[in-house]
Amino acid sequence: MSAANTTATTSAAAGSAIIAALHESFSQIADKITPRASADHPAVNVPAADAVAVLTHLRDVRGYDMLADLTAIDWAEGASPRFTVVWHLLSTERAPGAYLRVAADCASDTEPEMPSVAAIWPVANWHERETFDMFGIVFTGHPDLRRILMWDGYPHYPLRKEFPLAGIEGELPDPEVAGETKTKVIPAPMAGGPFVASSGGELNLSEAEPRAKDESWNERTQKN
Amino acid sequence: MPPTEYTFQDNAAKNATAAAGGGLPDDTPIFDTEKMSLSMGPSHPSTHGVLRLQLELDGDTVTHCEPVIGYLHRGDEKIAENMTYNQFVPYTDRLDYLAPLANNVAYAIAVEQLAGLKVPPRCEAIRVLVAELARISSHLLGFGSFAMDTGAWTPFLYQFTEREKLYTLFEELTGARFTTSYTRIGGLARDLPEGWLGRVSAFCDQFLPRLEEMLAMLTRNKIFLDRTVGIGVISKEDALGYGLTGPNLRGSGPSFDLRKDKPYSGYEKYEFDVPVGTTGDCYDRYLCRGEEIRQSVRIVRQVIKNMPDGPWYAADSDEARRIFAPRKDKVLTKMEELINNFMIVTAGPQMPAGEAYFEAENPKGALGFYIVSKGGGVPWRMKIRSPSFCTLSILPKLCKGVMMTDIVSILGSLDFVMGECDR
Repeated sequence: MSAANTTATTSAAAGSAIIAALHESFSQIADKITPRASADHPAVNVPAADAVAVLTHLRDVRGYDMLADLTAIDWAEGASPRFTVVWHLLSTERAPGAYLRVAADCASDTEPEMPSVAAIWPVANWHERETFDMFGIVFTGHPDLRRILMWDGYPHYPLRKEFPLAGIEGELPDPEVAGETKTKVIPAPMAGGPFVASSGGELNLSEAEPRAKDESWNERTQKN
Repeated sequence: MPPTEYTFQDNAAKNATAAAGGGLPDDTPIFDTEKMSLSMGPSHPSTHGVLRLQLELDGDTVTHCEPVIGYLHRGDEKIAENMTYNQFVPYTDRLDYLAPLANNVAYAIAVEQLAGLKVPPRCEAIRVLVAELARISSHLLGFGSFAMDTGAWTPFLYQFTEREKLYTLFEELTGARFTTSYTRIGGLARDLPEGWLGRVSAFCDQFLPRLEEMLAMLTRNKIFLDRTVGIGVISKEDALGYGLTGPNLRGSGPSFDLRKDKPYSGYEKYEFDVPVGTTGDCYDRYLCRGEEIRQSVRIVRQVIKNMPDGPWYAADSDEARRIFAPRKDKVLTKMEELINNFMIVTAGPQMPAGEAYFEAENPKGALGFYIVSKGGGVPWRMKIRSPSFCTLSILPKLCKGVMMTDIVSILGSLDFVMGECDR
């Protein structure tokens, strides 16, 4: 475990160094740039309104030339702030292999918005489309914000916590196919698995049992 | 998108217009330049899976290229939020299904990074070994299907023979040829079978001459050169901006390789070179892959030579015992181990609350896992950073203005997998 602890210590040191540097460059909003708890890389929270300025600064001045990943977290209905957008930056030249995690909370819990960084890193174009597709976070200033993995016109945001694992019944994207096949989008049959479990740490055996989520059959009523 | 209707004036009508003195304006081109839209895929032999390209063509020139993805979307990230960490290992097989072992390794290391868990040297060495064998297997198919797309059948068939030998080795090691599910959080599914390292070594010995034979069929092949040199050039700035990783990035010049620049699983112990391209065209990406196979063989030989003895899973601390299930013989004879096994299987390997992001240098590029945990055996959120997804996002820019036939070369040279792109 000693090696892991050393890594954590160095990344904490690198994290406070980058935060000090950001405080210096963004002195007006210094109190809003805070360290973020992290098990590995340096991580920093920034205000949503200044995210683009901070990220541009990190790319142009601090040498984080690649946007490794962009995604969001849904902290579930009722939590506030509910949505957090996370950027993972990577330096390939100045300090090869140095990652930095930047996170910003969306101001609104019902209509989340975040400024787009597609103009800084072109790869953000698709990442933001995916995040919009899965969470419904609108990236303002995005050149072409459409769904990317689900089809245009799909009514739900699948990675939101209230969206059930099995899916939701709905209409097929193509009315012609739907008319011909007379079928709908049907929720996945969950009988016998997968062995559903929930995050949080407490063990709930009735939930972990494979049959628990499928109420269409049990010991008394026969399976269809 | 509404269907486009195309109308073509027939010759008689054109002649009639000219005879009536209407004529054509002087700047009217001789040929009809009406644009055509073409849907390439999702079932097209050179789109390697279910990628669809919505093309707009002006004659043979592509004026607009819009990739349409999602045909293979299975909601892996949603599934991950609903099962324990070890239960997700089989799903990682199905990301880049041409290198499942490398995905298994990347995923296990990501979760261990979240837990702050260190695995023993033997476990690290075995992981490096299988990840490099997976790289050989994936790159073989990568350049084999690329060759086939550009008209060369023989390398494709030759490399399948070699991949078959690798699959036989994988089957002996993991019990499955394709869906290996070999790693566990904190260790592996099982130790190496007896004599297996010798068979891997024998494979390497006979493989290298075969590899040179396959590459020699392409490297100076006039047809292959004509189809790839100067085609699909990606500048260094574009490669970085579009988040390209792996051979697709290095083909454009940057020598960034996570195995060198952010070593994990003990890669710093092995000697190998990182090949880079100069122009960033399809040919450079092919050359990079070819050389990476040679370097992988080099790493495999070093791992075999220096394979450490000792435990192959983490079991030396209380944290480790809450993560890696005890041995079966102990489960069946000791009460404490039985309880521990029950807890790990039902509640999952116990993780602290926190966030971790880990990228591994996979054959297709950097495969990343971002895990947000609230503690316990199930992640709150898991994002899979797919290298193929980022690679394909450059297509609208890369394919603008190229010939329709060059799209086939470009797709082949980018070596993507839709299972990973769509997740």
